[in-house]
Amino acid sequence: MAVEMTPVSGVKSPSGSRADGLKFVKPWFTGNFFTALIGGAIGYAFGHWLGNAIASGYTVTINSGYNDVATYLSLLFGIVGWFVGLGALNYPIQKLLGLEPLEPAKSEKRTFWEHWTYSTDHKVVGVQYLFGMLLYFLVAGLLALGIRTELLSPTYHIWAPETYIEIVGEHGTMMMMMMTSVVMGPFGNFLIPLMIGSKKMAFPRLEAVSFWFTVPSFLILLSALWQGGFQSGWTGYAPLSIQGGPGQSDYDVAFMLMAFSMILASINMTATIINYRAPGMRWSRMPILAWGLITTAFTMLLSVPVLIDGLYVMGLDRAVRTAMLYAGHGGSSFLWENLFWFFGHPEVYLLALPGFALTTELLPVFARKPIFAYKTSAAGMIGVATLSFFVWQHHLFMSGMNPDMRPLFMLTTELISIPTGFLYLVAMGTLWKGKIRLEVPMLFLLAVFWNFLWGGVTGVYNSDVPVDALVHGSFFVMAHFHFTIMGQLMFAVFAGVYYYVPLLFGVKMNDKLGKISFWIIFISFNSTFLPLFMIGLLGQPRRVFEYAVRLQHLNQWVTVSAYVLGFGILLYVINLVWSLAVTRTPSEPNPWESQGLEWQVGYPVPKDNFEKIPVVLRSPYYYGYENPGPIADLDPSAERVAVVSGGDE
Amino acid sequence: MAISQQELAERKADNRRRGWQIFAIWLVLTVITDYLVWFVWGPHMPPGTMTTTAAAQQFDFKFLTAMVVPVLFMVWVYGGYVLVNFRAKPGDRGDGIVLTGNRKIQGIWYVASTVMVLFLAGFGTFELIANNGIGTGGGPSPIWTPSAKSPLVIQVIAQQWRFTYRWPQFGGMETTSLDLPTNTTVKFDVTSLDVIHDFWAYQLGVKADANPGVNNVAYTTTTSQVGRFTVRCDELCGIWHGAMYNYGHVVTRSAFYNWAHQMQVQNAGVTKLLPPFSLTYTPSYSGAGGGYYPSYDPNGSTQTY
Amino acid sequence: MGIVLVSAAAAVGLILFGIFGYLRTYPPTVSAVASSTQPNTVNLTMQVDGAVGTGPHPNWVGWYIKNGAGKWVRTTLVQIPERSYVHVTVLEYDSGGPLRNEYWGKVSGTVGGVVNLNGKSVSVLNGATGNGIAHTIVAPGLNLAVPVWGVNGQASNFCQTGPCGPSEAHNVETFTFYSGATTHTYRWQCFIPCGVGYLNGNGGPMSATGYMAGFFKVVA
Ligand code: HEM
Ligand SMILES: [Cu+2]
Ligand SMILES: [Cu+2]
Ligand SMILES: [Cu+2]
Repeated sequence: MAVEMTPVSGVKSPSGSRADGLKFVKPWFTGNFFTALIGGAIGYAFGHWLGNAIASGYTVTINSGYNDVATYLSLLFGIVGWFVGLGALNYPIQKLLGLEPLEPAKSEKRTFWEHWTYSTDHKVVGVQYLFGMLLYFLVAGLLALGIRTELLSPTYHIWAPETYIEIVGEHGTMMMMMMTSVVMGPFGNFLIPLMIGSKKMAFPRLEAVSFWFTVPSFLILLSALWQGGFQSGWTGYAPLSIQGGPGQSDYDVAFMLMAFSMILASINMTATIINYRAPGMRWSRMPILAWGLITTAFTMLLSVPVLIDGLYVMGLDRAVRTAMLYAGHGGSSFLWENLFWFFGHPEVYLLALPGFALTTELLPVFARKPIFAYKTSAAGMIGVATLSFFVWQHHLFMSGMNPDMRPLFMLTTELISIPTGFLYLVAMGTLWKGKIRLEVPMLFLLAVFWNFLWGGVTGVYNSDVPVDALVHGSFFVMAHFHFTIMGQLMFAVFAGVYYYVPLLFGVKMNDKLGKISFWIIFISFNSTFLPLFMIGLLGQPRRVFEYAVRLQHLNQWVTVSAYVLGFGILLYVINLVWSLAVTRTPSEPNPWESQGLEWQVGYPVPKDNFEKIPVVLRSPYYYGYENPGPIADLDPSAERVAVVSGGDE
Repeated sequence: MAISQQELAERKADNRRRGWQIFAIWLVLTVITDYLVWFVWGPHMPPGTMTTTAAAQQFDFKFLTAMVVPVLFMVWVYGGYVLVNFRAKPGDRGDGIVLTGNRKIQGIWYVASTVMVLFLAGFGTFELIANNGIGTGGGPSPIWTPSAKSPLVIQVIAQQWRFTYRWPQFGGMETTSLDLPTNTTVKFDVTSLDVIHDFWAYQLGVKADANPGVNNVAYTTTTSQVGRFTVRCDELCGIWHGAMYNYGHVVTRSAFYNWAHQMQVQNAGVTKLLPPFSLTYTPSYSGAGGGYYPSYDPNGSTQTY
Repeated sequence: MGIVLVSAAAAVGLILFGIFGYLRTYPPTVSAVASSTQPNTVNLTMQVDGAVGTGPHPNWVGWYIKNGAGKWVRTTLVQIPERSYVHVTVLEYDSGGPLRNEYWGKVSGTVGGVVNLNGKSVSVLNGATGNGIAHTIVAPGLNLAVPVWGVNGQASNFCQTGPCGPSEAHNVETFTFYSGATTHTYRWQCFIPCGVGYLNGNGGPMSATGYMAGFFKVVA
């Protein structure tokens, strides 16, 4: 029987979605944050009921006073309800029913409301991500101040000991989840199509779903605080995590949702960068940010499934009492350590790569020079990404697991310093004999190199087993990764946001406030985290609420610095919000005089980015050339497209 | 783009001059700082010299710091120089020179960083082996062991949320306090009764995870230094993780034997009740497992606590 | 716009206040009562129940402590003066069992190294026999360790919800310890895996202040 495959024939269009009477009820039918909340609540209630129907009679449930089957089912059904409420299933269901769903009309004009809806426009999703991740960052940052407040005194306790540990875990998990997406989400989704000359991301629906996973993930993680939290920290080591109450299940599910988000986002990113480059956008001309994001995306694709696996195993051990992570019954607590770090170490580098990519992307603009050793830079990222899969045991040097393999993992870990060093080579070469413009984003970029230097060299201390014997598990390690993550990635993000606000929103941030906030952030950041190296070396372990009395002054210094740091960040955020909501000082079309393709379309970015697919003519880093010529032909003739994509030149 | 041969030669000469300037500043700062690191800070570096492994950790920390100083100054001096000399003058909206790479510099960088990294890895491996695992947990049967014939064996039992110590050479007694004799090689058998903990005796230079169902062995040798040391749990283990610490003492041999004898007498009543000494213990089979898993014993070899 | 921003800031402030206020909730602290007969001595009366019967976790094990007015308070936070003898009376209403680590059957840190269990002086209890040990009071910083003997869980007058009364099955254990010469907040916990239904018995009540985890606050 012949099947009619042409879409239009015999397909009726859904009449309802065009209805424009009753405007104000429409949002409830097209799906948005609020309908999603309602859907989620209904799903949650149903799952809870189901879980109780199944498992309320189990002995463990009766003894422990809580039902983990119900916890997991309510969260899972809650997620389904969330996406139904969001309208994410409307399209596939209409397709299944043989209807031809209408795409929502795209528009150049941005509205406030559309950012609350399930939008498949990459520019909307980018902005959604930006503010979503900002919310994660601010909440987790406040929790950090809660931690530091407790550490003002070695003996007096602001928080109950269990609350303290819950806050520590909540802070760490929220930050580590957020950091994975803080570049790929906002910058990746908004800028990559513009940078590579595409009208859209490869999979607009994946792009929307990847963002909308991060929202329930945040809500569930935060809700753990009301359920007794989780006491296992962001690393979730078993069997401690098997012992926890319902808050631990929240950790499990929230992290899992974030993992799905990462996978979907990276599928989208790889597909877009590989397939949607405009003619002439050769690999050798690609912006460094695109290189950074494609290596990051590959790293995610290979490492995140292992995390999902681990979380799934944890869920089984918790909900139905399998014993995979418990030594007593044939399982092993080493299994979780391996699964977690096999994801966890690549994760730390997939935080570093986008940070470096963004930094290297912006550096030439302010140095007014081409990138030095472009190929080395791309090679460095590929090298880091590859090696990062072979080092995970360096988190387990003291564990007693594979003790004889430690020299090998010491070697692989130290080898990573080589490609990481490339990024310094590139930056240092790029600055040589430039005309360095010390504008606000540039200040943040330079700070990235200062900060990461501390993080990088202390990484070598950590990787050296004899020295790790001293520093492992102490505040030294904690300072190490705050320098690498906060000092590098977050500073790069601060630079990136400041730099791209004119393109995203057509406004400029206030320079004076920007400079003030930079200096406060930079100085107080260093004054917070440098002493922590010392505190660690003097014997203070991480995640403790009592410490040696002789370390009180150092700890107090750090806490006060942390408050100042919080204030600095607040100032930066106020600057952002104020510029967007109040002053709205319009910006010139290309205020930094960048040569990047993304700046050629102007604000507001047209609804399809480019009227015609442009033909890229050269690298975006031709600073200092006498006649660089345009980076791309935005209105190419048909022959030109043919010639370029034929790829002779 | 088009620059003449002469300009190119001038630029080269200028680069060389600036390069030497940077090198000179770097050299002076590095030498001074490394001197301070090695001779002034060095003797006071953590974790001290109470045991051989602590002293070795101190040496390695010092060595690494001395290696890192030149790297730090390379970036700082270069960065400072560049920022001072190549800043755009106010109002100058021009561009810098066109420079997309330099084979020689890149080559030197690749080779130098590789050599340094390989050297560090080799050095770390040597130190790890030469110091018999340098106080770290070496798993159930470490391959790098000290030559001492019969070390003092102490079993560290971690449980939520306290360390206790078992002394197989002293009638299998168990204590909450920890005294060590001077000039003695000590073998720590570290294990846990529940979740993962980590036994960190800071001044002793000993750190080993306490895993349930696993014996993790760490060695150290005390010197003639007597004094107090701190033991802390170094792996997050729940609500009282931050309070899971105690103090121990290194004392003279005779004081140690006195103490041990006194402990044996004091604990005689409870020592009888303890299960026989074993390298690992599986608690749940005795009914003291909290009733999460059913109490049966799939591998009866382990000891019940 | 200004109004919007200000009200947004106020809303955020309120939410924060709510969250942090919620997180700050602590069980109340009860002070030991000065003895009317002996100098330098305070009395402390506590009971431990198989199920506390109130609050968010009514079926968890937990402690009640008698306050100055003679009322039972659901808490594990106790304030005691420094340089004093603390005379403790424990009323034990829970069933017992074996210890995770039999070492904790040993009494230490009390005056004389003994406790008085239902009128008999003992220095070590064997949790593997009889009713077993129900809970322990261990304050490492005070070097205090006291096992508390369990009652028969099958007894007809076994207490089901707290606070329990004198007619229900119980043991009485008394001991005295010295609060030391420094002011400090000492943690104390139980070493019986009594968080039933949680892995190793150490989750739930064992990981929560107010149930099996608490502080002795030694004050000037
Ligand atoms: C590039 C950015 C980097 C990031 C984002 C990063 C992140 C982290 C994080 C999060 C941890 C702590 C994990 C935990 O215990 O919870 C950590 C530990 C560690 N890092 Fe890094 N790191 C970076 C660079 C480096 C470098 C360059 C090295 C080595 C050359 C290194 C080596 C180590 C080692 C060995 C540990 C384990 C230390 C221990 O637990 O004892 N890291 N890093
Ligand atoms: Cu790592
Ligand atoms: Cu511990
Ligand atoms: Cu108890």
